[in-house]
Amino acid sequence: MIFQDYVFYALAAILLVAGLRVITARNPVHAALFLVLAFFTAAGIWLLLEAEFLAITLVLVYVGAVMVLFLFVVMMLDINLDKLREGFWDYAPLAGFVGVVMALEMASIVGVRHFGVNVTGTPEPHPVNYSNTAELGRQLYTDYVLPFELASVVLLVAIVAAIALTMRRRKDSKYIDPAEQVKVKRADRIRMVSMPAEKEMPENGEGEQA
Amino acid sequence: MNNPIVYDLMAARPEILVLTMAMVILLVDLFLSERHRYVGYVLSQLTLLGSAILTVATHTPGVAYVFNGMFVDDPMADVLKLMMSLATSVVLVYSRSYIATRGMYRGEFFALVLFALLGMMIMVSGSHFLTLYMGLELLSLSMYALVALDRDNPRATEAAMKYFVLGALASGMLLYGMSMIYGATGALELGQVRNALMSGQPDHAVLILGLVFVVAGLAFKIGAVPFQMWVPDVYHGSPTAVTLLIGSVPKFAAFAFFMRLLIQGLEPLGIDWQGMLIIMAVLSISIGNITAIAQTNIKRMLAYSTISHVGFLLFGFLAVGPNGYTSAMFYISAYVLMTLGAFGILLLLSRQGFEAEHLDDLKGLNQRSPWYAFIMLLLMFSMAGVPPTLGFYAKFTVLQAALQAGFVGLVIFAVLMAVIGAFYYLRVVKLMYFDEPIDQTPIKPQADVAFVLSVNGLLVLLIGLMPEWLMELCAYAIAQSIQ
Repeated sequence: MIFQDYVFYALAAILLVAGLRVITARNPVHAALFLVLAFFTAAGIWLLLEAEFLAITLVLVYVGAVMVLFLFVVMMLDINLDKLREGFWDYAPLAGFVGVVMALEMASIVGVRHFGVNVTGTPEPHPVNYSNTAELGRQLYTDYVLPFELASVVLLVAIVAAIALTMRRRKDSKYIDPAEQVKVKRADRIRMVSMPAEKEMPENGEGEQA
Repeated sequence: MNNPIVYDLMAARPEILVLTMAMVILLVDLFLSERHRYVGYVLSQLTLLGSAILTVATHTPGVAYVFNGMFVDDPMADVLKLMMSLATSVVLVYSRSYIATRGMYRGEFFALVLFALLGMMIMVSGSHFLTLYMGLELLSLSMYALVALDRDNPRATEAAMKYFVLGALASGMLLYGMSMIYGATGALELGQVRNALMSGQPDHAVLILGLVFVVAGLAFKIGAVPFQMWVPDVYHGSPTAVTLLIGSVPKFAAFAFFMRLLIQGLEPLGIDWQGMLIIMAVLSISIGNITAIAQTNIKRMLAYSTISHVGFLLFGFLAVGPNGYTSAMFYISAYVLMTLGAFGILLLLSRQGFEAEHLDDLKGLNQRSPWYAFIMLLLMFSMAGVPPTLGFYAKFTVLQAALQAGFVGLVIFAVLMAVIGAFYYLRVVKLMYFDEPIDQTPIKPQADVAFVLSVNGLLVLLIGLMPEWLMELCAYAIAQSIQ
């Protein structure tokens, strides 16, 4: 084994433990932090694979932005864990069975026998002046321009949907439109009411005296 | 035209129109007052008309691969895009007054519908795992948002949640399967995948694992048993206008998705996926038809009816060959026409503060409006497969194709199940004609709805009498596109 192998196994072990803890941790904040750890170690593995740009993006975008936001939300919400876990044991046997079967099936395929080095061949390391970022950019804007544009449309739909589902104009809002105020005419505010003139009634006490 | 990117873009003109107009509608809607909301509706209808005209005008009988083989412009895509544009237009006509009375008559609704249509058009034209997947996600995301758009309705929110979680799971399975196939063949483009499979080099065990996941993901999306759990809940919980959309147009895209992935890409693995499709077809037809009998909610009933129709659709794919695919395409066109009409009637009966969704709401429809009762009668007969309606001919061609492929036992079973299924369709007819109405509100549709709904209902009868032209259209599309 060379040095990279040791690094890989160390990172992979941490990744697996972190991933397991994400779904087993009782405290949702801990679960989110374990997810951060999982992202970090995954980025490390990507670095080993010479995907430097993707590794850095994973840390910047997921750890830096998405997970911080996620932690905020988790901390803001009052999540009742006992209620979430209700009925867990009713479904556990069936879910466990399906899960184990799927895991076994996948383990029987995703292994050395089908994806080992002697099947796929050892990947050649890139030359020293190879730029991962430049290559990704070139691919995205030439060969993969259609899916790239489609991804942007998907993001646009996500924005539209998020705004359409959450933005509400409050009924009791006291907001005043300045333009409306400037344009206002006397007639909009004052209503002239023509009333018959009323005779002043003498007050009761005085009437009695008089 | 010398610049290759211009050539690429020319092939995708209908998509570009739909995308541009969806964004224009979003922007225009900002400047509209409540009284002028109809502008968004008119713009959407014009877009759909434009996309239909562009699809026809740019049609060529040849097959053109553009964007590095990621996007294919072939007659099958053109025919399906034309049908999808028209069907979406009908959906908007039926839904207009429904969404107007429920606070959804906004630019977002129209924009999301157009984005969903764009996703479907991409799925129809995708010839690469990535484009197919991006189109599917675009469609699904728009649909999740549309289901939840009626925000103060807890049932719609619940339906959107279920749809979202299960849809995400299905997407994950589909992607996992695609990654396995990529791992085995080293290709993402369908043509290359096929070539790699033909060469016999790829590891068969890996391919099978990938195939299982891909088929499971597809079955989830189309709602075939055993992956049908979400269908009744989503149909039931969504606002009826959105149910109409979910139940109709995306089925075209799902058909194309099956064609592209299983036929154009993975046909060399046909022996392997045929077994899976047989199981799904048999289960879908039986569970769909038998469970539908127990429903009292007509939206749920139509959901189970959809599941059984999906089973029949799968029969078309079992009969590997142009004959089977043509019959499947014919079946899906017939199904969409019938679904549009059936939900159109439900939307017609709904009004402000009242949802027509129970079987009892159809009681005595003949006394309230003989004409619409007759239209519904035609639609129900057609769904049940009673001659001489369209539904009979559609079932007939699919089963005939399966019979020619040698599935005699399966065909007999399907016919038996169709007879069982006829019970719940005919029950609707009985309620309409022989029961006293509970609700006496007069039915006064707007002129456009009345016209389109009448044409819709009569088409089911007319195409049933003269199915040749639709059959020829489907045969032409398949023959020109599938080698």
